[in-house]
Amino acid sequence: MGRLTLQDLDARQGVQIQTFDKPWIKVGMSTCGLAAGADAVFNALVETIQSHSLDWRVTRTGCAGMCSMEPLVEFRVPGESPVMYGEMTPELARELVTQYADKHSLPDDHRVPGLAELAQAAGDPPRTGPRQYRIVMRNCGVIDPENIDEYIDRGGYQALKKVLSSMTPEQVIEELKTSGLRGRGGAGFPVWSKWKMTRASIGDEHFIICNGDEGDPGAYMDRSVLEGDPHAVVEGMIIGGYVIGAQTGFFYIRAEYPLAIERIEKAIKQARAAGLLGSNILGANFSFNIEVRLGAGAFVCGEETALIASVEGKRGTPSPRPPYPSVRGLWKQPTMINNVETLANITQVLLHGGRWFAGIGSGKSTGTKVFAVTGKVKYSGLVEIPMGMTLREVVEEICGGTASGGPIKAVQTGGPSGGLIPADKLDTPITYEHLQQLGSIMGSGGMIVMDETDSVVELSRFYLGFCVDESCGKCAPCRIGGTQILRLLNNIADGKGKEEDLVTIRRMAHAMQKASLCGLGQTAPNPILSALRYYEHEFRERLVPAHK
Amino acid sequence: MNESATKDDVVLIAKRWKNKRGSLIMALHGLQNRFGYVPRDAAMELAEQMDVPLARIYEVITFYNYFKLKSPGKHVVSVCMGTACYLKGAPKLLKHASESLNISPGETSADGEFHLQMVRCVGCCGLAPVVTENETLLAKVTVDSLEAHLCKCKNKEKEKA
Amino acid sequence: MTKKIHAIINGLPVEVQAGVTILDAARQVSVHIPTLCKHPDLDATAACGICIVRVKGTAKMLRACCTPLEANMEITTEDPEIIQVRRSVIEMILSKHPNECLTCGRSQNCELQTLAAHFGLRQTHLDSIVPDLPLDETTHAVTLDPRKCITCGRCIQVCQQIQDVWALSFLQRGIDTRISAAGDIHLADSPCVRCGQCSAHCPTGAIVEYDDTEEVWEKLRDPEAFCVAQIAPAVRVAIGEAFDFPVGTNLTGKTYAALRRMGFKAVFDTNFGADLTIMEEAHEFIERFAHGKSVLPLVTSCCPAWVDFMEKFHSDIIPNFSSCKSPQAMVGSLAKTYFAEKNKIDPAKIFVVSIMPCTAKKFEILRSKEMSSSGYQDVDVSLTTRELARMIKQSGIDFHAVPEEQPDHLLGAYTGAGTIFGATGGVMEAALRTAHYLITGENPSRMEFHMTRGLQGIKEGEITVAGKTVRIAVAHGLGNVEKLLAKAREARAAGQDPPYHFVEVMACPGGCVGGGGQPYGVTDELRTKRAAGLYQEDQAGLWRCSHDNPYVQKLYEEYLGQPLGEKSEQLLHTTYRPRPTYHR
Ligand SMILES: Cc1cc2nc3c(=O)[nH]c(=O)nc-3n(C[C@H](O)[C@H](O)[C@H](O)COP(=O)(O)O)c2cc1C
Ligand code: SF4
Ligand code: SF4
Ligand code: SF4
Ligand code: SF4
Ligand code: SF4
Ligand code: SF4
Ligand code: SF4
Ligand code: SF4
Ligand code: FES
Ligand code: FES
Ligand code: FES
Repeated sequence: MGRLTLQDLDARQGVQIQTFDKPWIKVGMSTCGLAAGADAVFNALVETIQSHSLDWRVTRTGCAGMCSMEPLVEFRVPGESPVMYGEMTPELARELVTQYADKHSLPDDHRVPGLAELAQAAGDPPRTGPRQYRIVMRNCGVIDPENIDEYIDRGGYQALKKVLSSMTPEQVIEELKTSGLRGRGGAGFPVWSKWKMTRASIGDEHFIICNGDEGDPGAYMDRSVLEGDPHAVVEGMIIGGYVIGAQTGFFYIRAEYPLAIERIEKAIKQARAAGLLGSNILGANFSFNIEVRLGAGAFVCGEETALIASVEGKRGTPSPRPPYPSVRGLWKQPTMINNVETLANITQVLLHGGRWFAGIGSGKSTGTKVFAVTGKVKYSGLVEIPMGMTLREVVEEICGGTASGGPIKAVQTGGPSGGLIPADKLDTPITYEHLQQLGSIMGSGGMIVMDETDSVVELSRFYLGFCVDESCGKCAPCRIGGTQILRLLNNIADGKGKEEDLVTIRRMAHAMQKASLCGLGQTAPNPILSALRYYEHEFRERLVPAHK
Repeated sequence: MNESATKDDVVLIAKRWKNKRGSLIMALHGLQNRFGYVPRDAAMELAEQMDVPLARIYEVITFYNYFKLKSPGKHVVSVCMGTACYLKGAPKLLKHASESLNISPGETSADGEFHLQMVRCVGCCGLAPVVTENETLLAKVTVDSLEAHLCKCKNKEKEKA
Repeated sequence: MTKKIHAIINGLPVEVQAGVTILDAARQVSVHIPTLCKHPDLDATAACGICIVRVKGTAKMLRACCTPLEANMEITTEDPEIIQVRRSVIEMILSKHPNECLTCGRSQNCELQTLAAHFGLRQTHLDSIVPDLPLDETTHAVTLDPRKCITCGRCIQVCQQIQDVWALSFLQRGIDTRISAAGDIHLADSPCVRCGQCSAHCPTGAIVEYDDTEEVWEKLRDPEAFCVAQIAPAVRVAIGEAFDFPVGTNLTGKTYAALRRMGFKAVFDTNFGADLTIMEEAHEFIERFAHGKSVLPLVTSCCPAWVDFMEKFHSDIIPNFSSCKSPQAMVGSLAKTYFAEKNKIDPAKIFVVSIMPCTAKKFEILRSKEMSSSGYQDVDVSLTTRELARMIKQSGIDFHAVPEEQPDHLLGAYTGAGTIFGATGGVMEAALRTAHYLITGENPSRMEFHMTRGLQGIKEGEITVAGKTVRIAVAHGLGNVEKLLAKAREARAAGQDPPYHFVEVMACPGGCVGGGGQPYGVTDELRTKRAAGLYQEDQAGLWRCSHDNPYVQKLYEEYLGQPLGEKSEQLLHTTYRPRPTYHR
């Protein structure tokens, strides 16, 4: 494809629902799909179609979100509702093709209920699926992420066009303000405000960085978006660059995500070829380029100042803030860091308006949030829900409760920085504020479901162990405090703990929260403190009995 | 290792990244991709080529989990110990792998065939528990399926021998 | 026109410039916030968490050492919760620290020990988790004990940023974080130039000078040995700090006396060697500047850390280097030749101890065969100011009461020019005085060259002597030399006139007054006061130009012949060669 012009994009405006005139099979081929065998399925489909000399289309697509059902295959025929299959095998794939080619009917086995609607759930404006609401994931599982045309056919780069041809940076910021969009990387900082501050800062140049470090173990929302709809994030970043006055953007992606890296690199290449990156983008007086930088296995590099150090080629140790990156960041220049999901929201806010966005969600938590629901849940996977929905609705209704069918014990949100929410509090609405009141946080979107067989002592030990492994070691409270609490906790878990150890744990945890330099150390005690808050008895049961 | 070949490769990697800002970690990825780890000679050569102090290179290499200073085995077995996998039995898998391969996590077997390590989430939590062996990703792993895969690797090596 | 900020600290109103930290603002109203990792010389590393304070309206606590005061902040620096957190953090730090104060190089002068003492922990609830890491004594100049490291990061900042040597770094992360020489090798195999600035900035005993006092005591006990001592310019104005004298007090006479009481049979002064250095170096300069022999700029060589740095990183400027040894080495070689001959002492029995502000001198005395120009090792042991202070304490000398004495004049008389060697710019100033004399035949009318003084990292200027302009530059702190050299190289490559004719470099910030072997706790304030002590002596002295030193004149007459003469070359000069940065 050559360079795109404003007119090209005008001509393709409004083509939002994919049209097609022959059978079209899409195979979920993100990391998880591939792990589950999507490659073999894809090949089986292609071979069978060829051997029957059929003129069908088979494409790869991203993550539909039903991860436990991978590999996922969607079968679409003009004029009929799409049918989704889960746990697809090459045999079934062959069967599918042959049966439809021969008899125009489809096998009933392995159909996944509800998913088809979900996958289609993005109209204009995106409409609600059964329970989910797909803004960020509107294209995930729908388009071929490696094909910019499919992205453009779904309204891609229209937001960029709109911004470059008709909006000032101030207007964009105003729109974001109206939307109430907050950062999805964990802290929930208002996006408009960060954009405004970075824009206002003086420097030789400005930078924008997309934080794709996604360190929370057990969460993979950002990976799915990067793999399933890379152009949406790229477009969001270009707009961000325009607004803050940056000429260079960086994707910082963890090295553990090779496919996401590959897809983003491809997307950047395609965008450059289409003239959406480079100089004078869409004819505007605006030039912007994007480079990719990899993490190398350090959770703390998700923290902004550590991330900056890492991009600069240093140890990823945080530095004190202020100065905030928006004032003095990468190479001491004003730098704006946004999470993947945050950037994926931008195009939709600008296309449909801040007011539309603000109408979704609840109170100060507007819009949707993507969660990776895992653990002892029946259907683990990604869900995108309007904020304000209760935890129970997500875990029980969308994800089917526990896999064993038994009761839920607790849900952990916010990963290693978050906390446990016991079953009797599951009716709490999911908003930044409500979760905080319970001693947890929204975090980036990890949601771990525990059933009665899981021990909170073990889980808190797990999370603390994670933070101890991932502590950068710069500051004493986190470096030593974490290690010492973990030792005490191990003692308790091994039945060797004493009453006073609980006191010491609480005192050390408090010191860690107050005296650690960065978010990692400040929040590392949260899981154990919340476990102690709701389940102290489980710890006490393991103590050495006091002599009478 | 052939010394001059090493040098040429490092020169190439350094050339690619030297004039790009913020590229040391990318160059180190380049080294590790090339050698499977970061050999000392290569690190020294890179320091010289990129005009970066050796101290910087080592402080960086040893900070990030991803970089290795020693050659790992031919088969790098990574057991995911992310939360999802942990809850779904990853510790059992780790223990099994450790016993089956007769090495502790972080170690390489004496014959250089296997390296066992923990990783923190490869992002396939929906298919937990997950184990990877080089580029192969095993999903919903059980002790039996893990053993089967390890056996396959072991046999492959025997066949070659 | 920086903005003024008004805020409240512990109920007291404060007014500071925008950008001033809470820590510094608090000092203004006599509120002391405890710190551990912060050093006044350095950017805050924010590594300890001791300095936390509370700001009204937030549950978070902020680090006072690195957080700028903001308008209308209401800050509390002390309350039961804050104190409890600080105590807990200290408890953590101590749990990972060996309990070895009694045998530690920093005992009684250790920032961690003092902090722990102030907080008076009587009990700890944490197990000791001290890692087992080996001592690194390979440089024989500084000793690294990584077990005692609290990972404050000061030494790294000094070695990487201030000195640009990059010998030190942290390795690994989290609880395993440890200090180590570049690439996990021995410090002696690293680029380390032994400047000792890491030890001067370390808050604990994790990096200290290598202790050579035992060897000196042994020789002092040996009836066969003829022990002589020499003290460097910068020692006299700093040693008093170990005995609670006001900073900058000049204690030359008392130091001579103490050395004699300890058993040294002759006490010389390195200032004499400094005068001699100027005689040689000024002649070198005139040869190059006036007679076009060899290249310009001429670069000073009396700082061995700088010499080492140059040989490792900038060997292309070897031709620019003055071939003069450092003053201590000159005094050493003359002690075993000139002094020995005149007093009919077997040089084999002479044991020369130099007392230096410096850890690099411990290395210089062994750096090449030219350091044994007398036929013996010219200087046998080099001690730091800190080591001498300890020896005086061991000797039971009441340093306050001991009466002042004179040096042994043969190698002990000196001029003000020699004294000011101890401060950055001093060598340049002293050399200019003599160069002026050599060019014009008379001493300059004003002895002070103010452009060479002060703590600015790079000082540049020009003076006119007999109608000719001499362009000079002075740098201290090795991190500052790169810029200077770049300028010179550029001109050289372009075939232009050199930007400078004469360049002085001292490795340590402030020059030797801020040397790596000086009493702990150095700050710019201390450096300035120590330097002031030297400038005072210079001003009050009888002779202010090296060529006016009668004993130097006598030395040339009786022994050396003339500056740059054959004998001088043999005893007072050295050569340089490129050295590998790393030993693989
Ligand atoms: C220890 C730590 C780890 C973090 N990891 C991530 C991460 O993996 N991804 C992310 O987007 N933000 C992460 N954050 C939050 C970021 O620092 C930052 O707030 C965020 O990227 C800002 O983007 P947003 O405003 O769009 O949320 C982390 C923060 C801390 C303290
Ligand atoms: S809190 Fe932990 S991760 Fe953060 S700077 Fe301190 S040691 Fe590093
Ligand atoms: S990515 Fe897979 S293996 Fe890793 S934590 Fe998640 S489910 Fe487990
Ligand atoms: S470093 Fe300080 S606290 Fe540690 S042993 Fe030495 S004197 Fe004691
Ligand atoms: S301070 Fe205490 S431990 Fe140290 S020597 Fe004195 S009595 Fe012993
Ligand atoms: S002595 Fe100087 S060069 Fe050597 S490690 Fe210390 S600061 Fe660095
Ligand atoms: S060695 Fe000393 S200065 Fe260096 S980090 Fe450790 S405690 Fe700090
Ligand atoms: S300035 Fe330094 S090198 Fe020169 S005489 Fe003084 S102590 Fe020696
Ligand atoms: S400046 Fe002085 S104290 Fe520092 S290394 Fe040089 S000679 Fe030694
Ligand atoms: S469907 Fe692929 S990650 Fe879930
Ligand atoms: S927790 Fe194992 S893949 Fe995410
Ligand atoms: S003194 Fe402020 S953090 Fe150490």
